[in-house]
Amino acid sequence: MELVVFVLAAAMVLGGALGVVTRANPVHAAMSLVLTLFGIAVMFVSHNAHFLAAVQVIVYAGAIVVLFLFVIMLLGVDESEDLSVEPIAKQRPLALILGGGLVAIIIAAVVTGRENFASAGGALESATLESPDANIRALARSIFSTNVFAFEITSVLLLVAVVGTVVMARRMKSLGTGK
Amino acid sequence: MISALLSVDPLLDGKLLWTPLIIVLVKVLIVFVVGLVATMLMVWFERKVIAGMQNRVGPNKAGPWGLLQTLADGIKLFFKEDLLPERSDKFVFKLAPYLTLVPAFLAFAIIPLGGDFRDGKGGMVTMFGHQTRLQLADPPIGVLFALAISSIAVYGIMLAGWSSGSKYPLLGSVRASAQMVSYEAALGLSLGAVLLVSGTLSTAGIVNLQTSVGRWNIVATGFVPFFIFLIAATAEMNRPPFDLVEAEQELVGGFNTEYSSIRFALFFLAEFMNTITMSALIVTLFFGGPQPITIGNTTLDIPVLPNALEGTVWLLLKVLVFLYIYVWFRATLPRFRYDQLMDLGWKVLIPASLGWFMLLAAQRVGRDAGWDQIVVTLVSALVLIGGYALLQLAQKVSRSNREKDGASF
Repeated sequence: MELVVFVLAAAMVLGGALGVVTRANPVHAAMSLVLTLFGIAVMFVSHNAHFLAAVQVIVYAGAIVVLFLFVIMLLGVDESEDLSVEPIAKQRPLALILGGGLVAIIIAAVVTGRENFASAGGALESATLESPDANIRALARSIFSTNVFAFEITSVLLLVAVVGTVVMARRMKSLGTGK
Repeated sequence: MISALLSVDPLLDGKLLWTPLIIVLVKVLIVFVVGLVATMLMVWFERKVIAGMQNRVGPNKAGPWGLLQTLADGIKLFFKEDLLPERSDKFVFKLAPYLTLVPAFLAFAIIPLGGDFRDGKGGMVTMFGHQTRLQLADPPIGVLFALAISSIAVYGIMLAGWSSGSKYPLLGSVRASAQMVSYEAALGLSLGAVLLVSGTLSTAGIVNLQTSVGRWNIVATGFVPFFIFLIAATAEMNRPPFDLVEAEQELVGGFNTEYSSIRFALFFLAEFMNTITMSALIVTLFFGGPQPITIGNTTLDIPVLPNALEGTVWLLLKVLVFLYIYVWFRATLPRFRYDQLMDLGWKVLIPASLGWFMLLAAQRVGRDAGWDQIVVTLVSALVLIGGYALLQLAQKVSRSNREKDGASF
């Protein structure tokens, strides 16, 4: 049963990922991305990380890809691209090499860090009928006490990104021919 | 691992047996059929109530009081010609109605539909010697499931508009995505206030804590999150006065202009199903769900009926109130202008829900640390007023900047 769930979820993830790079139409590619994200959410659920699965769906599938689609539709770039043309020369062989390198690094990390994974996963508490929220409590305690500094710094990073975007958008408007 | 997946329902704890399996299947069937029939009745209810508000008769020919009008319309839609626009993206065009319909039904699964929550029984009922809840699923993520579902519900509408291959549906779907993403934040933050008070994500757990009217979450969270949730939910469902997605005066018909026949019927069905689900969710979160109305120690008890079924009756009554309110909204409120919609979402609802959430959190921390509640509330209120002043100042500055650039809004 465990294997069946894994195989199905993995097929979703890989199928979606392939779709993202091979579909000529950006909207189809974005939908393939949704499929991948759902596959990952299923994996999370099968590992008892229900909260992560929910956040995965709410944030990534529900907000980020929706924004992607929004931008695609708003800018009107939703026509199919001719995939046989290569806009930047040598881009594809380079991507192949870098991708291969990334896969090698991830595999190396998984192989060398296997024991650590087992011990880190041990902190997860499984949901029971008496306390279905045990997992969330453990997660919250970790984020808001042990790692609270990193958490707050991340929010500052996001804030800087937002301010930067607003500044750039405004400057372009006042310099350009818009108004 | 699979037992971990299923252990959230006490029925499925341990070995899989035939009786629990059949009970679960029957539950799925009941929820699905009840959903469909309720949607059918909701369409009739809306038409009848709006007719009443506009001094008309409304549907009255098909069946007693026109009850079967929706059925007749549904059959008519089934047999109409199914058009596939030439410039449409065929696959996505066919997929989109299902992407709208399925989430509408899924969200219904976590609503406690009945059960006895009195005297700490926790909504458990015994069926053929098995303990179960009168609710299709009680996942550990509870209400977050509803939030996740409502956040993916936008895909159906968005892709429907885009795949139609014409301008007005595309405009409708762009509006839909911007609107639903904007109001999701306010929805989530007001939901956060409820979770903060209840301390659990499980819908059954949230209902279980609201034992009397004074402990209903609408009172416990201080009314503001309820109103924000009601407004944000209306916007999330694209119901009037937030139905810019299908503003027929501006967009011909909105995202569903190119749809006909059964595919159009599916969108229609999903919209009404969503209304019912959201009403039920509001009742669950803020009004005690299937709990009977209890003031102090007196409980309004319906005689004869067993307590578990009585829960269903109470839920139905409370949901009906909200369905009526939604119809009332539609009959009385004119549609928002698009910039008003965005202003309300970003400049009013999100700051208000965030501020209220922080006020509740401060009170909670104060209670845990044993501080004086009045001082805590006063200090947080002062901080909130300061924040509000800053926000007003920022808006004033940005408005004057815009006017300098020559904008007129």
